[in-house]
Amino acid sequence: MIEVRIHGRGGQGAVTSAELMAMAAIEGGKFAQAFPSFGPERRGAPVTAFLRVDDRQIRLREKVYKPDIVVVLDPSVMNISRVDEGLKPDGLLVINTGREAADIRKEYAFKQKMALVDASHIAMEELGLPITNTVMLGALVKASGLITPEAIQGPLSRRFGSIAARNQKAFDRAFTEVRMEG
Amino acid sequence: MTKIDALMSWKEVPVGCHVPEAGSTVHYKTGDWRSQRPILDREKCIYCAMCWIYCPEGCYEDMGPEEKYYKVDLDFCKGCGICAHECPRDAIEMVPEEV
Amino acid sequence: MTGRTGIEVSLALSEAVKMANADVIAAYPITPQTHIVEHLSELVADGELDAEFVPVESEHSAMSACLGSSAAGARTFTATSSQGLALMHEILYIAPAMRLPIVLAVANRALSAPISIWNDHSDIMGERDTGWIQLFAENGQEVFDLTLQAFRIAEDPRVMLPVAVNLDGFTLSHVIEPVIFPEQKLVDQFLPVYRPQIRLDPAKPLSMGMFGIPEIYTETKRASEMALMDSKAVIVKVWDEFEALFGRKYSPIETYKTEDADTILVSMGSVSETAMTAIDEMRADGKKVGLVRIRMWRPFPDEEFKAAVAGARVIGVTDRSITPGSHAGPVFMEIRSLLYALPERPAVFGFSLGLGGRDVTRDNYKYIYDQCQVLEDTGQDRYEMVGVME
Repeated sequence: MIEVRIHGRGGQGAVTSAELMAMAAIEGGKFAQAFPSFGPERRGAPVTAFLRVDDRQIRLREKVYKPDIVVVLDPSVMNISRVDEGLKPDGLLVINTGREAADIRKEYAFKQKMALVDASHIAMEELGLPITNTVMLGALVKASGLITPEAIQGPLSRRFGSIAARNQKAFDRAFTEVRMEG
Repeated sequence: MTKIDALMSWKEVPVGCHVPEAGSTVHYKTGDWRSQRPILDREKCIYCAMCWIYCPEGCYEDMGPEEKYYKVDLDFCKGCGICAHECPRDAIEMVPEEV
Repeated sequence: MTGRTGIEVSLALSEAVKMANADVIAAYPITPQTHIVEHLSELVADGELDAEFVPVESEHSAMSACLGSSAAGARTFTATSSQGLALMHEILYIAPAMRLPIVLAVANRALSAPISIWNDHSDIMGERDTGWIQLFAENGQEVFDLTLQAFRIAEDPRVMLPVAVNLDGFTLSHVIEPVIFPEQKLVDQFLPVYRPQIRLDPAKPLSMGMFGIPEIYTETKRASEMALMDSKAVIVKVWDEFEALFGRKYSPIETYKTEDADTILVSMGSVSETAMTAIDEMRADGKKVGLVRIRMWRPFPDEEFKAAVAGARVIGVTDRSITPGSHAGPVFMEIRSLLYALPERPAVFGFSLGLGGRDVTRDNYKYIYDQCQVLEDTGQDRYEMVGVME
């Protein structure tokens, strides 16, 4: 079973990204759970969303304490909390940043492998909005192989309707542009 | 064995405590409670229907355009006196029940 | 929708109500039930479900409207949580006594004070004595299945009682997970059009909502009690029918690795899944531990429960609520009382945890197991609130 924790701010689509991944995994015949850190959230407040994917039925209703993968939709949340809390030693961080990997590693003392993409930039160019969730999904899928890139297309197009094409493009760009490090 | 103060076996209680017969209160003759009864002076009656309208028990019966009066049903009349109070011609008098 | 889909559990529940072709939905929104009724209102507005959606002004009105709707012979549904359920309280006693089928989904949430929007079972525990059939779901598939079954059970002429389907608020209601949707024609086969035994009908007038003098009230309560107890046999038959059509089995008490278990833990609701994983981990460590999951909370399946725990030396009962003043949780109290009459009783201990949305973890169950091994010897109290900071 793979456990993922997604960090963002309210309104950036952290929960949506977990849901899209879960739906894609389920459509591919796997088992998955997606859920937010439950509670009243306001736009801009730090939020976390969770995802579990497994080939067998997932019999667990705990929160995710030891994720395999951490996704950071908004780099500013890294200054608020330790996004790598509980992350397994052989885990992966997928981070929205335009900075160099070495910088990030030095500033935040992350020990695990990292996948970096300037999602904010891509989002502004493709969507005209600083909403990075679909971009970060591209990076996550490339870096983790949790689902195939094709698997996201159905859930994405159903969720986004008329703006699905742009979101798909944003996803595809990140899939190509994400840089692995470590 | 304690005496059981019940009306029927639990198995006989109608399902859901519903009463399957509509308007079953018609079996309970509330006229028993009466200590005075209304007596109509038909000479004074103008067939205005105020007694029929105001009776809280719906005890008055329209006797029709030939007879031109309303007749009280003494099985249910409780003797409240509202009809006598409301009659615009004071045609109704409340008279003590004979015991 | 048919086939296996990733869907939010609340929406799966609404889809079950749609497939059941409910006639009347009278509801008031409250977190975390909102997605259920919002989706239903959309389905009705979009013409996908031919039902009367009554947006009432409170939960008290919701349940009152449901009573009236069921009395008129309509297939009736509502949903609520926490304070909303509490607000329905006086009407909840009336529905079963009047033998009116209603399906109520409760997205279990803690009761105030303090205000909590998070999951525990205190809301439904306050309604134990109402006379409703009360079932618990552990995952999204069960939420869907139990909702369909609830209509079938409630409306069965041998039952005619309202059914509460419990799903954990947020921890089930707001999770996306796989649910298998059957074909409509199979659902129609399982759940035919509702034919009310008794209803308000001008052609056949009767009176409902009667007055019960002391000379009859006791007998009416006996009749109510028997109706609830007798419903168990019908529920089991309905579950057999369900299994035959849909392939998924349901029982009043579900067991997990109890066959040679020395210690048996008891749980109810979605935490049971976490408990099963904890049992697996403890078994891998050589511990002889098993789990009993209560699916049918009311009527409580005495015989099935006793059979499930026969052979255990210690029972650890977990509660997601407390009963202040009694020094026990409600499920613990009930089980301890049930087992009291056994000629050879296991030791029974109670643990309340997961209150107001506090996470229930595998570590909690391991702690409870360890406590069960030592409490008998230490002569300590048999009831504990797990994880409270002293």
